[in-house]
Amino acid sequence: MQIPRIRDWIILSAIQMSTSLFWPTTAAAAESGGPSTVLTNIFAPETTPAKSIFDLSMFVLAITGVIFVVVGTLLVYSLVKFRGTAANDGREPAQVYGSVQIGLAWTVIPILIVVVLFIASARVIHAVQDAPKPESALEVTVIGHQFWWEYRYPALGIVTANELHIPVSDPAHPRPTFLKLLSADTDHSFWIPQLNGKTDLIPNHPNSMWMDPHRPGIFLGQCAQYCGTQHAKMLLRVSVDGPEDFDTWVRAQQQPAIQDQNVIAGKRIFETTACINCHAVSGTVANGRFGPDLTHLMSRVTIASGAAENTTENLRLWIQDPEAIKPGSLMPAMKVSDTDLDALVRYMESLR
Amino acid sequence: MSSDAMAVQNAQIAGRPWVETLHDWVTTVDHKRIGILYVLYALTFLVIAGFEAVIIRIQLMFPHNHFVSPQVFNRLFTMHGTTMIFFVAMPILFGFANYLVPLMIGARDMAFPRLNAFSFWLTALGGVLLYFSFVGGNGLYGAGNAPDAGWWAYAPLTSKAFSPGSSSDYWTIALLVSGFGSVGTGINIIATILCMRCPGMRLTRMPLFAWLSLTMSGLILLAVTPLTAAQLMLAVDRYLGGHFFDTQAGGSATLWMHFFWIFGHPEVYVLVIPAFAFVSEIIPVFSRKPIFGYPAMVVATVCIAFVSMSVWAHHMFTIGMNSYANSFFAITTMAVGIPTGIKIFNWIGTMWGGRIQFKTPMLFCIAFLFQFLIAGLTGVIQAAAPLDWQLGLSYFVVAHFHYVIVGGILFALFGAFYYWYPKVTGRMMSESLGKLHFWLFVLGFHMTFDVMHIPGLLGMPRRIYTYEPGRGWDTLNLIVSIGAFIQGVAVLVFVANLIISYWKGAKAGNDPWDAWTLEWSVSSPPPAYNFASIPRVASRRPLWDLKHPEDPDSRYE
Repeated sequence: MQIPRIRDWIILSAIQMSTSLFWPTTAAAAESGGPSTVLTNIFAPETTPAKSIFDLSMFVLAITGVIFVVVGTLLVYSLVKFRGTAANDGREPAQVYGSVQIGLAWTVIPILIVVVLFIASARVIHAVQDAPKPESALEVTVIGHQFWWEYRYPALGIVTANELHIPVSDPAHPRPTFLKLLSADTDHSFWIPQLNGKTDLIPNHPNSMWMDPHRPGIFLGQCAQYCGTQHAKMLLRVSVDGPEDFDTWVRAQQQPAIQDQNVIAGKRIFETTACINCHAVSGTVANGRFGPDLTHLMSRVTIASGAAENTTENLRLWIQDPEAIKPGSLMPAMKVSDTDLDALVRYMESLR
Repeated sequence: MSSDAMAVQNAQIAGRPWVETLHDWVTTVDHKRIGILYVLYALTFLVIAGFEAVIIRIQLMFPHNHFVSPQVFNRLFTMHGTTMIFFVAMPILFGFANYLVPLMIGARDMAFPRLNAFSFWLTALGGVLLYFSFVGGNGLYGAGNAPDAGWWAYAPLTSKAFSPGSSSDYWTIALLVSGFGSVGTGINIIATILCMRCPGMRLTRMPLFAWLSLTMSGLILLAVTPLTAAQLMLAVDRYLGGHFFDTQAGGSATLWMHFFWIFGHPEVYVLVIPAFAFVSEIIPVFSRKPIFGYPAMVVATVCIAFVSMSVWAHHMFTIGMNSYANSFFAITTMAVGIPTGIKIFNWIGTMWGGRIQFKTPMLFCIAFLFQFLIAGLTGVIQAAAPLDWQLGLSYFVVAHFHYVIVGGILFALFGAFYYWYPKVTGRMMSESLGKLHFWLFVLGFHMTFDVMHIPGLLGMPRRIYTYEPGRGWDTLNLIVSIGAFIQGVAVLVFVANLIISYWKGAKAGNDPWDAWTLEWSVSSPPPAYNFASIPRVASRRPLWDLKHPEDPDSRYE
C-alpha cells in the first residue's frame, strides 16, 4: 500500500497557502466593493482615529504576512525535501539534537519584531485615547439600554434616541464629536467601524471616545457586547451632517413636540395609558425615560433601534405586537383596540 | 509474554456478567481506565456541543432567518462554548494525560489514584448539572432554562435583575464542581511527575509530553482558582445579598471581567499546551529524528506559562482601560508570542533533515503546524490593541480562537487519537478512513474558519442570532455554515473509525510506529500494572537506545 506522499503535500500546501490569499483579497474587495460592502468595513476609515487604526493595521498585516510567507515556505520545503521515499526506507537520518546558533537567531529576531510592533501600537494607543478635547468639540452623552441607544446633547438641550446626528469635521477647522458612554443596565459596545474602533458602555464605568468624520454620510454599526435577548437588533445609525444640515437638525430637535389639533384623540390615549410610564414627549405630561424619547419620532428613518423601517404599518405592529418585530425587546404589547391604535399611530406620525 | 497473559485473562472473563464489568469501570482507580472514561465522556459532549454549533450555523445561513428564536440561539451559543471548554477540551486532555503520563515516566499509576477517580466523577457531575438546566433552570420565577449569558457570564447580565430564574446558577455550580475536579487532576499530575519517575529519568530526560503536562497542571492550579472564587462571589450576589458585581448597587462589572479573564487566558494555555505535547511526541517519530532543541522547548513552555499569567486584559481592550494599561497588556501579549513561535521553529527543525512519513497522525500534525502558525499570527494582530478596538467582539475573534482550538488543538488531538489508539486498544485505526477523515475535515475547517475572518473585518459582531442583509455578510455566512456541516460529517467518519477499528482493526503489537518512549515498551493494551519490572533509563529515548545499541542517545546527552 504505497502512500501517495507527493500528492498529499501538494493538496495540503495548496489549501494552506490559499489562505494567504484571503487577506489581500479581502482588503482589495472591501475597498473596491459596492456601497453595501463599504458600510461597516474596518478598511474604509472616515475619521482620524479610524484612519490611525487602519494605518497600523496595514503595517501589522505586512509584518505578519512576511512571517507567514517565510515560515510557511520553510514548512512546505521541509515536507517536500525531507519526505521519506522507498529509496531511503529503513535507514534512519542523522539524529540532530539542536543548534544553539539557530536557536538564538530565531529567538532574537522575533524579539526585535515584537519591539517594533509594540512601539507602533503604543503610538496609536496614546494618539487615540489621550487626544485632548478642543474647545470646538461637540459633546454627546450616549446611554446604552436594553436594546436601544439614548443620545443627549447637554450643551444643546437635546434628548433623542437611536439615530445619532453629528457634524462633519473639516480638518482646517476641526469640530470633533466627543462621546461620553454610559449604561442604564448591562454592558453594551458602540461600534461603527468606519468612524472608530469600539468602546464599551459599562454601568458604573463611564467611558469616552471621539470621532471627527471628514465627509457627510450615513454610517452604520451595531452593539458589539452581548447584552441580552435582542443584542442582535440594537443597531446603530449615524448621520454625519454638513454644517447647515446639522444646525437645521439641532434647531428642529430643540423644539418641543408639534401640537397638532387633528390628533388630539391619539394624544389623549397616549397620555392616559401606560405609554407615558416609559416614553417622553417634550411639552406634554409624558416624561418617562425607560424607553426612547418620542418628541421627534418622525425625524427618524427607523424604529426599534433599526429593527424596522419607520412606516405606518410598522408603527402599528410595534405598538400592538412588538414580539413580531423584535422578540424579547422590553416594549410591551399595548393591547389597544383597533380604533385606538389608529388614533395612536396618527399621533405618533405627527411628532415630526 | 504479557499478550498471552491478556488472552488468558480475556478467556477467563468471557463469561462475566456485564454488571460486574460495569462495576469495575465505575469503581476503577486505574489511571488507564480513568483516562478512557474521560475521553469517552468528552467525545459524547463533543457530539452534543457540535450539534449545538450546527444549529447555530443553520440559523446564521441567511440573514433574518427564523430557524430558532433569539432566546434559544442565546442559550445555544452559551452552552456550545461552556460545553466545549469545560466538558470536551479539558476532560479529553486530562484523559490523555492520565493515560500516558505514568506510562511515559515508568510508573505504575498516578500518585493519588483515588483522587484521580474522584476528579473524574466531579467533572462528570458538572456536565450533567449543566445540561440538567435545560429542564431544571426555571427556578422559582419560571424564567430560566439553560444558561444564556454567554460562556463568560459577564456581570451585570448575570445579576438577579437581568437573569431571573436559575439558569445562571446552573452555569455557576456546574463549573464550580468540575473546577474542583480539574484542580484535583492538576495536583495529581504534578505529584506524579515530581515523585514517581523511574530510576534514571531525571527531569531533563523525561518526554516533552511529561514536561508539558507538568506545566499545564501548574497553570490549572493558578487559573481555575480565581474562577471558582468569582463564581462564589456571584452566588453571594445572587442569593445572599452581596453586591460584588451588582452595578445597580455600586458593584463593579469590570471586577468580574478581571477575575474571569485571569482564569480565561491561562485556561486557553491549559488547552493548547497538551496539544503541543502531542505534536512534540508525534512529529519526531514520523520524521525519524529526535525533537530539535529539547532544552529550548522546555524553557519556552515554562516561559509561556509564566507570561500567560500577565496577558489577561487583552480580552478587555475595549472596556475603557487607560492607555498605559492597554499598552502594558499589548506588550505582554506580543511577548507570549515569542516562545510560542520558537516552538513552531523547533518542530520544523525536527522535520528538517528527517525522513518524513505521511501517516495519518503526522498528517494531522502537519496541518496543526500550518494552522497554528496562522492562528498565532491573527493573535499577534489582535495584540496590537488599537486593531483589537476594531476586531474585538467581532467574528474575527471567533475565527481566531476556533482556528487555535479546532485548527490547532483538535487537529493535534486527532493526531493523538490515531497515534495512541493502537496502544490503548491493541488495534490500528483504518488508514483509509483516517485519510478520508483528514481531508474532509481540512476542507470543512478551512471553508468555515478561513472565511469566517472576513465578516469580522466587515463589521459583524459576535453573539448575534441574526444579522442585517446588505452588509456583505450574507454569502460568507452561508459558506461558513456549509463548511461546518462538512466538519460534522468528518467527525462522524472519525467516530465510525474509532468504533469499527476496535473490532476490525489490524493487531497493533507493542510498537507499531517504531517509537522511542516507554509506553511503547509494554503490550497493547498495557497490563493493569503497566510494567512487569520498573524500567531504568539512561536517555530521553530509552527505546532508541535499545534498538540502536551502537549509537545510543545516552552517549550524547
